[in-house]
Amino acid sequence: MPSKLAISYARVTKSFGPLKAVDDVSLDIAEGEFLAIVGGSGSGKTTLLRLANRLIEADSGTITVENEDVQNVDPVALRRRIGYVFQAGGLFPHLSVADNIGVTPKLLGVSAADIAVRVDELLELVQLDRAAHRDRLPEALSGGQRQRVGVARALAAKPRIVLMDEPFGALDPLTRDALGEDFRDLHRKLGLTSVMITHDMTEAILLADRIAVMRAGKLLAQGTPAELSKSGDAYVLELLRTPRRQVERLNARLPTSGAA
Amino acid sequence: MSLFTDPRWGEALSHLPDYLGNHVRVSLAALALGLIASLPLALLTRNHPAPRGILLALASIVQTVPGLALLALFYPLLLLLASVTLAWFGFSFSAFGFLPAVLALALYSMLPVLRNGITGLNGIDPALIEAAKGVGMTARQSLVMVELPLALPVMMAGIRTAAVWVIGTATLSTPIGQTSLGNYIFAGLQTQNWVFVLFGCLASALLALAVDQLLGLLETGLRQRSRMRTGLGAIGIAALVAATLVPTMGRSSQSYVIGAKTFTEQYVLSALLRDRLQAADLSATARSGLGSSVIFEALKAGDIDLYVDYSGTLWANQLHRTDIKPRAELLAELKTALAKENITLLGELGFENAYALVMPRKRAEALGIRSIADLAAHASTMSIAGDYEFFSRPEWAALQKAYGLSFRTQRQMQPDFMYAAVASGEVDVIAGYTSDGLIAKYDLVALDDPRHAIPPYDAILLLAPMRAGDERLQAALRPLLGRIDIATMREANLRASGNDANSSPDAVAKWLWEKVSNR
Repeated sequence: MPSKLAISYARVTKSFGPLKAVDDVSLDIAEGEFLAIVGGSGSGKTTLLRLANRLIEADSGTITVENEDVQNVDPVALRRRIGYVFQAGGLFPHLSVADNIGVTPKLLGVSAADIAVRVDELLELVQLDRAAHRDRLPEALSGGQRQRVGVARALAAKPRIVLMDEPFGALDPLTRDALGEDFRDLHRKLGLTSVMITHDMTEAILLADRIAVMRAGKLLAQGTPAELSKSGDAYVLELLRTPRRQVERLNARLPTSGAA
Repeated sequence: MSLFTDPRWGEALSHLPDYLGNHVRVSLAALALGLIASLPLALLTRNHPAPRGILLALASIVQTVPGLALLALFYPLLLLLASVTLAWFGFSFSAFGFLPAVLALALYSMLPVLRNGITGLNGIDPALIEAAKGVGMTARQSLVMVELPLALPVMMAGIRTAAVWVIGTATLSTPIGQTSLGNYIFAGLQTQNWVFVLFGCLASALLALAVDQLLGLLETGLRQRSRMRTGLGAIGIAALVAATLVPTMGRSSQSYVIGAKTFTEQYVLSALLRDRLQAADLSATARSGLGSSVIFEALKAGDIDLYVDYSGTLWANQLHRTDIKPRAELLAELKTALAKENITLLGELGFENAYALVMPRKRAEALGIRSIADLAAHASTMSIAGDYEFFSRPEWAALQKAYGLSFRTQRQMQPDFMYAAVASGEVDVIAGYTSDGLIAKYDLVALDDPRHAIPPYDAILLLAPMRAGDERLQAALRPLLGRIDIATMREANLRASGNDANSSPDAVAKWLWEKVSNR
């Protein structure tokens, strides 16, 4: 691979009791890449993601982040270095938007004044109105706004890598589309390495550079959408066919001039 | 006299700084100790079902022990511990009053704090704990920045419950020597002073409400991160503590402490002793409502300086003697035995408060009955009533044996009702108390005991070991020795059993002194 590696999994296995959540997976993620991990429920995709910042520890195999074995890195320091966007935001309900966003810099010992400046930058970056949202509690925000705060929080300590666990899954389609596009722009603008979990192949194709497909703990295939379509695996091909079939059905039902 | 103009309100109010102050101090100390013990335990056990279950079960068991019993149990426990530390490490501590009260109440406060602490912490959405980890918090940071703040409302609800329980239960710490608002209630119940009872209940209810509200303010302040509310709540609690400390600061630590047990006569006598000391320019305070077993140990340990006990009681309970000796001999032997424990038996007050067989004077005269020996001939046609313990006490067995007594029926009764029952003829004889005022009121007579089946119960004045050589104290008390005869004490007790302003122990003590000093 030409560019440097941001994250590398080498023959990684993780079991929960009798269940092999991740089964002998090897996967390289290049610096600056946007990778989507696609799979159904219980495919092991969330486990794979969490192994990278040691929210879960591997049973065997080696994981490196920026060419360093994660086992040699203090897990707390590792997590502060890697942004993480949780499903449905994972915002702390007792903290204001600003305090949620500033939490990792605060843990890193950044001064309150610098955090305040950084929070304003980030609110602008994720397109939230500073005056209207800064001091609100998460419960006063819409689902989309919460997820924007979640993204801002993940970016607060200027990570080079961002992990996202079904970040847009619970949103309505319009918000979801807008947020996905906005994040893709941020990814480019900030030169991030982004790894996103999704069960939605359409979302993966539209946002990611490369896609990894998981099923029952196994990595079935990885590559660009075009590379995946040459895969010999029936499940992968079925996953890829679904969006197209849906588009054909949509086109048949919708007058073409109506959609923007 | 209307309820509102009753001068006893004023008397009750004059005790308030002392009672309330002690009540607040003991309650807050117990609550603080309970929290310090419970919160770490809640944190440690919340993820370990087995120890958590055991802990909650233990706390629940503590809760099922009646408050009064729990407080009473801590006294002998600490006495034992104090004797152990004295033997092993050369120091001792007071097992009386504050310490046992704080420990028992702290234990009592633990259940709601533990249960709500564990529930609060375990009720947090696991996704948020995962998020705390994910943004880079250590376990401790997650606890402090996320878990505790989120559990706070549930934990505070537990703390507030504990505070109300502790403040309520602290009223029961009076019998183990801790002054509290319970002093009003215990004294009021014994002397039928309903103003005191009402005052004590109202004061402790208001205190519980006030502390609950202040804690509520603190809770909303913390939750809304409002400095003003947090500050107001904290200042309120601090002010409460500070206010209770003010009256203590001016108080002389040289004050003599007078003990009193839990019945009317004892309240009157302790007021009398206090007046005598004050008249001699000695400062004195009373610790009233002490349990019978507590008071002697408290004297021995020097927690109280003096009190009135009864020779027969000490003979049986402290010397563990079952034989009965003539009055003077028993007193002499008791005096020697007490002296070995460095306790001074200063002397007798002049009356006895013993069990006695009592019947209406007129009926006794008509039947020619003057003593229990005379009664024995009529007993088989008569009925007898006694209090709940009399018929299982050694005195009853001794009486039956000495006089061959055998009554037609025997009944147990609430002591207050016995006298009326015998006066109205519902029963023929009762086992009453010789110094009870109702004997005079109902024109009853206590029959002689020529064979000395019942031990003598002379009222005797006892002094703590460190007062053995205290000449000023002894000089102030000597005018009382041998001066209170049984008729006078009966009348005093009768006065004190009334339920108006003249029946307060203080008022009766003054009456008693006038009577005694004019002799």
